[in-house]
Formats: sequence, C-alpha cells, structure tokens
Amino acid sequence: MFYREAGQFKTSYDADSQIFPIRQDRIGVALMLAVAFVVVPLVATPYVFSAILIPFLIFALAALGLNILTGYAGQISLGTAAFMAVGAFASYNFVLRIPGIPLLVAFVLGGLCAAAVGILFGLPSLRIRGFYLAASTLATQFFVVWCLTKIPWLTNNSSSGVITAQKLEMFGYAFESPASKYLLVLCIVLVLALAAKNMVRCSIGRSWMAIRDMDVAAEVIGFRPMRTKLTAFAISSFYCGVAGALYAYAYLGTVEPEAYNLDLSFRILFMVMIGGMGSILGSFLGAAFIILLPIFLSQFAHGFGLPNSIASNLEAMVFGALIIFFLIVEPHGLARLWQIGKEKLRLWPFPH
Amino acid sequence: MQFFLEVLLGGLLSGVMYALVALGYVLIFKASGVFNYAQGAMVFFAALTCVGFSEMGMSLWLAAPLTMLVMVALALATERIVLRPLVNQNEITLFMATIGLTFFIEGLAQLVWGSQVHPLELGIEDVPLQWMLDRTGIAVSQFDLIAALICAILVAALAVLFSKTKIGRALRAVADDHQAAQAVGIPLQYIWAVVWTVAGFVALVAGLLWGSRNGVQFALTFVALKALPVLILGGFTSVPGAIVGGLIIGASEKLAEVYLGPMVGGGIEGWFPYVLALGFLLVRPEGLFGEKIIRRV
Amino acid sequence: MAIAARKSGDVILELSNISLSFGGVKALTDISFDVREHEIRAIIGPNGAGKSSMLNVINGVYRPQQGAIRFHGEVRTDMNTHDAARYGIARTFQNIALFKGMSVLDNIMTGRNLMMKATFIEQAIYFGRARREEMEHRRRVEQIIDFLEIQHIRKTPVGRLPYGLQKRVELARALAAEPKMLLLDEPMAGMNVEEKQDMCRFVLDTNDQFGTTIVLIEHDMGVVMDISDRVVVLDYGKKIGDGTPEEIRANPAVISAYLGTVH
Ligand SMILES: Nc1ncnc2c1ncn2[C@@H]1O[C@H](COP(=O)(O)OP(=O)(O)OP(=O)(O)O)[C@@H](O)[C@H]1O
Ligand SMILES: [Mg+2]
Repeated sequence: MFYREAGQFKTSYDADSQIFPIRQDRIGVALMLAVAFVVVPLVATPYVFSAILIPFLIFALAALGLNILTGYAGQISLGTAAFMAVGAFASYNFVLRIPGIPLLVAFVLGGLCAAAVGILFGLPSLRIRGFYLAASTLATQFFVVWCLTKIPWLTNNSSSGVITAQKLEMFGYAFESPASKYLLVLCIVLVLALAAKNMVRCSIGRSWMAIRDMDVAAEVIGFRPMRTKLTAFAISSFYCGVAGALYAYAYLGTVEPEAYNLDLSFRILFMVMIGGMGSILGSFLGAAFIILLPIFLSQFAHGFGLPNSIASNLEAMVFGALIIFFLIVEPHGLARLWQIGKEKLRLWPFPH
Repeated sequence: MQFFLEVLLGGLLSGVMYALVALGYVLIFKASGVFNYAQGAMVFFAALTCVGFSEMGMSLWLAAPLTMLVMVALALATERIVLRPLVNQNEITLFMATIGLTFFIEGLAQLVWGSQVHPLELGIEDVPLQWMLDRTGIAVSQFDLIAALICAILVAALAVLFSKTKIGRALRAVADDHQAAQAVGIPLQYIWAVVWTVAGFVALVAGLLWGSRNGVQFALTFVALKALPVLILGGFTSVPGAIVGGLIIGASEKLAEVYLGPMVGGGIEGWFPYVLALGFLLVRPEGLFGEKIIRRV
Repeated sequence: MAIAARKSGDVILELSNISLSFGGVKALTDISFDVREHEIRAIIGPNGAGKSSMLNVINGVYRPQQGAIRFHGEVRTDMNTHDAARYGIARTFQNIALFKGMSVLDNIMTGRNLMMKATFIEQAIYFGRARREEMEHRRRVEQIIDFLEIQHIRKTPVGRLPYGLQKRVELARALAAEPKMLLLDEPMAGMNVEEKQDMCRFVLDTNDQFGTTIVLIEHDMGVVMDISDRVVVLDYGKKIGDGTPEEIRANPAVISAYLGTVH
C-alpha cells in the first residue's frame, strides 16, 4: 500500500531520468544513508566494523569495478585481484616516494595506475573474445603478482614483498578507530558508486551495454569497439585499484602480493554473479552475501563443534552449490530478486 | 647444445601432459559448448579419490577402476544437476556454473579425504634413462618418458574416438549444432554424460601421473591453469590444436624458464605461456588451426 | 519534401564492380549500381543471392575483395563502419540486432551516440553538458517514439517485446541517428499483414518527411513494387536486373530466376 507510484507524474525528462524516480525509493535511500552514517557508527562494535562493514564496502567497490567490465561491458575477467594489487602497491609507492602527498591523491593515482594496467591487459580484448579473453585475463593475474614479488623496488625491498601500509591520514586527521575508517571508506565508496550509476545511465554506459549485447550493431551505430572496451577496462580497473588500496590501508594494514591472488579474483566474481550482473545495487548485495555467508557458516560449524578445516571445505562446497543454484534459479542474481519483490509490493495488495 | 636438447625434450614431454589435460577441455567444449573450468578440480578429485582408496588398503589396480566409477557418477550428476537445467543458457552462464562446480568438487574432495598431502607411488622411478644417457649424453627422466608415452597413447585414442567412431560422429554433430543433432535423434544428455565421463578419465590419468611427482595435493588443481594457454593457442575446439599447442607450450615454457628465467628472477613459468599464447593470438586471432570466421549479420 | 525533388535526386552512392567472397563461396560477383538521393531503392533476389552481403559492404561490415565505393564525394575500396555511421548511413538487420539487455528508450538513445560530446568525467558527475545532452537527446528520441507509435513500451526491456515491435524499435534506433541513408534488411519479414502495412507507412513517411534515402531488401514483391522507385535484382551473387518496378516486372531474366527455370 505504501509503495505505490500512483499520482506521481513526471513533468520533465529530467525528473523521469532520476536515479530513483519513485518517491518512496528516495525516502528509503535517505533512510539507509541516515542509518549508514549516523546509526551504525553509534551502535556497531569494533569487531563489526573491521570484520564485516569495512571489508563489505571495499569488496562492494571491487565488485562494482568488475561489474562495469563484466556485467555492463560483457568482458569476462578473472584478473580483478591483480588490478586491486596494482592500486594498493602503487598507492604505497606514491606515499613512500613523494613526501607530503595527500593520501587521497595517492589513492587516485594508484587507481590510475591500475587503469593503465587495465588498458594494457585489455588490449587483447580487441582481437579475442569470450573464453579466450577470460583465459587470457589470467595472464594479468599471474603476471602482476609475479612482478610484485620479483621486483624489490615495488615493495621497497621488503622481504617476500610484504608491505605495511602507511598511516591512514587525511585532511590532517588520522583515521585510526575502526569507526572512523568505516566512515572514510563509506564516503569514498558512495561517491564512486554514484559516479558509476551516472556513467551507466549516460552515453558511456550505453556504449558498454551495446558492445556487450550485440557488438556488430554497436559498431554500425558508430560506437568504437576499441574505445568502448578500453574505457570499460580502464574505469573498471580504476575502481578495483582504489578498492585494492583501501583493502591494504583500511582493512589489512600489512599485505603481501599473494593477498591479491586468484582466489580473491574469484571471490569478487562470485559477488558479481550472485549480486547480479549489470547492476550497481547487485554489487553491494553480492558483496554482503559473500561476506556474511562464511561468517554464518563458521558460526554454524562452531555450533556443531566441527573443526576449522571441515568448516572451510564445507564453505567451499556451499559456495559452489549456491553459485550453481543461483545460475539455475535466477541468473540475474539478488538484484533481480529485489526488483521482483519491489514490483510485487507495488501492486500489493491488488495483484492485477 | 646437449643441455638445450635436454631442456627441449623435457619440455616436450611435459607438453604431452598439457595436451592431455587440454583435450579434456576440448572434448567438453566441442560437445556442449561449455568451457569447463572444473577440469582442474576434477584432476585433483580423481587423484585424491584414487589415493584415498589405496590408503584404505586397496591396490592401485583396484583403486583406479573404483575411482573411475566415482568419476562416472560425478559426470552423471553434473549432467543431471548442473548442465540439464542450464541447457539453453548462454555460454558465460555455463562457464560460471563450472566455476561453482570447481569450488564444490574441491571442497568435497578435501572434506572426504582430508587436505594434507598424500604421497602416491606408481612404481616408475624418476631417474635419467640410462640407455639414452650412455648413447647421447642427454639425461631424460624415465618417468617423464613413460608418462608422456601413456599420455600420447591416450591422446591418440581420443583423437581416434573423436574422428572415427560412431559416438565420435554423434559428438561432432552435437558440436556443430545442438538443435539439429537433437532433431536427427542424437540424445544430447547421453552425449554429454559420455564426454564428461571421458573427461573424468583424462582427469584421473593426469592426476595420477602428476600426483606421483609431488604427492597428491591441492596444487594439482593448477594443472588446469597449465592447460589454458594451450587452449588459447590451439583453440577450444581443435584436437590437433590441443596436441600441437601442448607441445609448443611445454617446450617454450621450459626453455624460457631456463634461459630467460635467471635474467628476471625466475618463476616465469606461471605467466610466460599465457603471454606467449596471447602474443600469438594478437597476430593470428583464429588460433593455430582455426579458420577465420567473419561473423554474420 | 516535394515528391518531385525526391525522384530526381543526384547519385549519392555508387558501387562499382564489387566482388566479395568467403573462402570459396562467392557472395557477390562484379556488381555495380547506384543510389540516388531521396529515392527508395530496393534490392531483391532469392535466398542466398547476396542481398544482405551487399548492405554489409555498403556500411563497411564486410570488406569487398574488389571494387570501389563512392560516397560523400569520396572513392574508396571499402567502407568502415565508423565512417559509414558518421556519413549518415544507418541500418537495420535481417535478424534483429537490438541490445537485448537494454530498455527500448536506451536502445533508441544509442542511435544518437555520435552527437553526444560529453566526456566520461562529465557523465560520471552528471552535471553540465552531460545532463543537458541527455535531456536534449531524450527530447529528440521522444519525437521518434511518437513518430513510430511506440510510446507505451518506452521503458520495456526489448527482449520482452514481440517480434514485430522489436523490428519497429530497431527502425527507431536507426532513425535516431537522423541518417541521410537508411539501409533496411527485410524490415517486414515475419510480420502479419497489419504490421506490414504499418511498417510500409513508416518507411514511406520517413522518406517523405525527412527526405531519407532508403535502400531496402524485401521478399514481398507486392510491397517492393508499391513503394520502391528503382529495384536491383541479385541472383547467385550476380546482378541480373536493375530498373523501375515496371521494367523489373517485364525482365525475362528476373522472371526465370524467380520461377527457378535458370538452373
Ligand atoms: N559471414 C559469412 N561467412 C561465410 N559465408 C557468408 C557470410 N555471409 C554470407 N555468406 C554467404 O554468402 C552468400 C550470400 O549470403 P547473403 O546473406 O548475402 O544472402 P541474402 O541474399 O541476404 O539471403 P537471404 O534472403 O536468405 O537473407 C550465402 O551463400 C551465404 O552463405
Ligand atoms: Mg539476407
């Protein structure tokens, strides 16, 4: 009854193309933001911040990045973690080597480095497609991690490539408490998510989807496949790079290149798949799901007194089974379920 | 020169193994259009199951056929539970499903048999072949040679299976056009179960050969990652491509590691084959044996 | 647009001695013809005659092995798709080539991409030029939506539409580019009589109101004879006839090709 758009008429195209055209949605979003910015910092424990909320936001950002590339532009990538690694280690080096550089600037530069690497490894996508591309993105994954372990300069000659991220300081304020880190990450992620939403509803987003859905037709209309694919690679990698930097600075603190391994790439791919390909909201839902699932499973395993090794194997099985289940039941993921739920609610209680 | 030949030969021999694993992919891809990411997990699963059985006191001659039965069951279950419901989905969805399958199989294998390293003894010693060493001075591992021989026989058998037998023809018909094949009465599900079983067999052989070197452990799943550059190079649909691609990748990988590796700090085996295959694709996007396809509109 | 002007436009596209083959298959052999401004030019022929290949050559999807294309005062051996789009050639496809994952509105908006100039940064902040452009082009797109009478399905994902409407959306996407020349590959195939009539009307209206030159492939002879100014006939990749509908109707080679007595 409350979720009804009747009586809300759009009188301009501007109003019609808002991100949330329905008033109830806008209220809902405002409420969510209020909770995220005000209520959560008041009630959450440090554990919740550092074990759930911060990684959730960071993974959501990485998933968003991958979603731009895979969900919107249709280029499968198995090398997400590599771009995150580039972002993290580049930021580290910028802070290390340019005294006094603001951390935020270092993050942006780190993201840009990731974008450059993304463009480089996106070049094959111009000639090869589909699985060939997917298989070749593995090259990114292995090559980047290899570089970071083999080139001592990149990790400031630390043994085995472990780096300790510098203090998280911005605008003269040290983000030390979990709550403050959370708020910082939240702001960055929200700004980037908004930018992504804007892009996908504008011309550039349409160019990605056009290439994804029917590349010959897209070309005939005048989209340039090269530019379209490479912007997708670049922007996607930028997002992943920033996420990778946050992963190091706001979450792990101390990282080695191996932290950005193929497993992480897959984890993010799963977030996109379960959350919903080609959906900004889906990236968040998927990240939440993949973060929460292991926590629930280990609680569960604990409850039954199962040892850790069994729990982690069970986790892998449940993960795998859920992926398959989702693909069969709802290939468009949680985002679609959410949408269907909303549509039902819109008509409720008169379903016809 | 001698050293070069030694490295080259060693590379070619491991290349035969890559070819075998790559064939597992090619079979499934040709018959069902699925890029089966779970192939590596199947290798691991098969080897682990076999070792598990033999650790229970069975001889290898009993454990291997028993494992094969398990692989058949796995193939049937995969066809029934994963592939059939997804039959009309696009290829990316199917690919993703096999990633899910990968996690499931890996978890299952370790849940049942434990995550520790299981030693595996096939009874073939890993020593240089004396005969060869005496005549030519080139050291070639006896184990490598026998393993390569087994793989070569298997590869040849598969190639024949694919091109000469009735089931092979049915397979190719399905590969060309699912709907048309179904229309002339070829049961799709049966074909799929067959190829997955064959892929399971390939996985078992590869798993045992590989596993006997460093023990059966999780790292076996990376065998799959070795086969992917072979596929990029040879094409997902070409049997000769997989064979030649395997040899090229095997040889160049070892040569690169030996001659190029020291210059850059080693460990380039992980990515060099990919870069090589990619470089090749940039020049010739249709792969080794593929025909140039101009997409219709 | 006066009808008289339409019939007597200059030659704007000229194809000379085009040959195209795929491996061993000769899709087109030594074909020459021209298209005049504002006319409706039909290409007909039996299945596999090379009609679609011809359109693909015109807008650069296929590269002919031989021949020359003159368009926009420039002679070249082949077109490329981007140049074709910039010169104002738009098209629809025989097998609908819409962007399945997008709404009708977004599909049509893609047609205007060449006129959008905002950088991706402007689009990311959705401010200034990006927003202005979106609104401005949305207005033009709405006019096309009105013109083709598809207001009611604007927000629907195209995958959910019936075949006939999809064809119409594809036309809308092509029209959104405000093309000088429109290539239509069997726009009425698989439609019922009523849908065909609608489509005919849209094609004619487009030609009349916007002066768009139209190159059209169609199997329905009635339609072809009714709406086209000149017709090219292909058979086995060769041109076997070229002229007004009346001339084509009386051409013995064409008649025998259609009755199948040639082979
Ligand atoms: N991309 C391609 N690759 C290989 N052969 C092709 C390709 N496109 C067209 N052909 C071949 O070229 C010939 C002409 O095809 P085309 O599609 O142009 O015919 P058409 O006149 O449009 O037929 P229809 O009426 O069935 O649409 C056919 O023999 C076809 O098989
Ligand atoms: Mg055609």
